[in-house]
Amino acid sequence: MSATTAAPVWTKMRPKQGALSRLFDWKPFLAFICLLPAAGLLMTFLTYPLGLGIYLAFTDTTIGRPGIWVGLENFIWLAEDPIFWNAVFYSVFYTGVATIGKFALGLWLALLLNQHLPMKSLLRAIILLPWIVPTVLSAIAFWWIYDPQFSIISYLFIEMGLRETNIDFINTAWPARWSLIAANIWRGIPFVAISLLAGLQTISPSLYEAALLDGASGWQRFRYITFPMLLPILAIVMTFSIIFTFTDFQLVYAITRGGPVNSTHLLATLAFQRGIPGGQLGEGAAIAVSMIPFLVFATLFSYFGLARRKWQQGEGND
Amino acid sequence: MATVSVRQALKSFGTTRILHGVDVEIADGEFVVLVGPSGCGKSTLLRMIAGLENITGGEIAIDGRVVNNVPPKDRDIAMVFQNYALYPHMTVRQNMAFSMKLAKAPAAIMEEEVQRAAKILGLDALLDRFPRQLSGGQRQRVAMGRAIVRHPQVFLFDEPLSNLDAKLRVQMRSEIRELQQRLATTTIYVTHDQIEAMTMADQIVVMNGGRIEQAGAPLALYDKPANLFVAGFIGSPAMNLLPGMVADGGFRTTGGALLPLPPHAHTNVATYGIRPEHMSLSDDGVEGTIVLVEPTGSETQVTMRMGETVVTGAFRERVQGRPGDKLRVLPDLGLVHLFGPDGARLPS
Ligand SMILES: Nc1ncnc2c1ncn2[C@@H]1O[C@H](COP(=O)(O)OP(=O)(O)OP(=O)(O)O)[C@@H](O)[C@H]1O
Ligand SMILES: [Mg+2]
Repeated sequence: MSATTAAPVWTKMRPKQGALSRLFDWKPFLAFICLLPAAGLLMTFLTYPLGLGIYLAFTDTTIGRPGIWVGLENFIWLAEDPIFWNAVFYSVFYTGVATIGKFALGLWLALLLNQHLPMKSLLRAIILLPWIVPTVLSAIAFWWIYDPQFSIISYLFIEMGLRETNIDFINTAWPARWSLIAANIWRGIPFVAISLLAGLQTISPSLYEAALLDGASGWQRFRYITFPMLLPILAIVMTFSIIFTFTDFQLVYAITRGGPVNSTHLLATLAFQRGIPGGQLGEGAAIAVSMIPFLVFATLFSYFGLARRKWQQGEGND
Repeated sequence: MATVSVRQALKSFGTTRILHGVDVEIADGEFVVLVGPSGCGKSTLLRMIAGLENITGGEIAIDGRVVNNVPPKDRDIAMVFQNYALYPHMTVRQNMAFSMKLAKAPAAIMEEEVQRAAKILGLDALLDRFPRQLSGGQRQRVAMGRAIVRHPQVFLFDEPLSNLDAKLRVQMRSEIRELQQRLATTTIYVTHDQIEAMTMADQIVVMNGGRIEQAGAPLALYDKPANLFVAGFIGSPAMNLLPGMVADGGFRTTGGALLPLPPHAHTNVATYGIRPEHMSLSDDGVEGTIVLVEPTGSETQVTMRMGETVVTGAFRERVQGRPGDKLRVLPDLGLVHLFGPDGARLPS
């Protein structure tokens, strides 16, 4: 278009920035703008419910009646409630045993999958299955597996002549507790295995070759190379796993609803039981709030106890 | 201290054959350098000797014992990897002591060995650092320290200097050589840098495409390359290799230049080889047209054209010419290399 006019003049001088453009170049403003959506979402869906829950824990709200501030009364009540203490015990027990189980089996699986196996990717996909199935569905499957009459496990045992009667999985306290832990382990293994596998794959094979030449046996390679190099990831995965397990709700609620006789209540299921069906919102909230110290402690422990390693890149504590 | 014999070694990955029958004899205490272009199988051969790759065929013997089925840890071999493979979660001291720790050595002996190696390598002050806190050259030395403390029968080095800058490389080159002479441990060293090979080796093994082209002392390879590949690979700047035929009382290159032949030369010459440094300026030499003059200070490299043939010369004299000028050069007839149609060296 302008071909007929003189050659375009171009100086290296940049055009002056407009006010708006300058505003967006101003770092504090830019940071504020970029954080706004995330902060808004967090405030609405995280901070507000959490704050409300904590507030409710100090009131005697019930469904349909706004409560009044009662201070620590809910907690004092709970301190004398054997069912609450039973739930505390079972939550800790459930988390502890299931975490050990998940990590022992998950690590073993990850090590196995890290070998050169035929059809490796297919195996990995299969292993992820328990995790991608919605929890409630797998809980219902376990409910059937544990059914007093139609349990497939009982059926197999009886068919093989190993037992005469059906196994009692969930109708007495201790078998029910162990059965739920087994279901939780089954569900949690994939997460652990796949995360640890990702960690294993970051370890350079030449380290193993060097260790091989240094004379390390298979166990020693695991003990001195794999394990220490995996620790940082292990710590993070364990933190998440502990949090998920401690706050578990779906499995227990779908399989036993806390029964028999409240023996398998976790804090989360008990809080729900008291708060929603029971209508005691204040007391339910107090139970939920009482989980916070446990979670904070578990997080701090695995984070500081395991994650900090001097040799890692990018940490200034030389 | 041990001899290493590789006899007719074969290696395949799946159906692809990588090594096609390799023979190497290494004497006790010798420093052998494997050189060759990228992908020719040097690392593979080294890893087979270490036991990190299995042996598809043939035999590898260390100190007379066939080790084909001996696991790496029982071969008494130490290897320095190209990326050093230091254990990132261990200090320098722990890295060096690791093999002894696995062998349940007493703490006092471990410390003594580590101290001795650290002194040799100048690592005394760094023993409590982690690998990430070390420079490339220091890491390289730790990797060597890890090898030294084991007093292995054989050292293997896989391009240990390729990650270092030029100056450090020259320094480490002489340090490694000096160390090897002090310890008198049989050493196999892989590189694709032919200067490294020339300066360090007792014996150079030139590999190409999974075969050995020639093995021998550095100067033997330089003076009498067995074939065109070795002739072109050893020496810097590279030898002029000019195809053509014997005609008109000399050697007529395909580019049309006529070069003088040594007396009693074979008539079946297909390639005429002359190193740039074996040409001299002479008024009765062959005339060429200067294409490029590259003074390096100590000598001047001149690329010139004789007919269509491009020839490089390296002269002690300072050549004043400019591109387009004429220059007369004469090959030193005693140092001309002649190769037959099959690429093999012709006896002179
Ligand atoms: N694990 C493997 N599977 C298949 N082919 C391989 C494997 N390792 C090496 N090769 C092939 O073997 C050949 C030789 O490899 P090698 O690593 O020995 O080369 P190299 O001489 O050490 O080269 P460079 O100088 O680049 O290190 C290459 O063509 C490579 O592609
Ligand atoms: Mg290599």
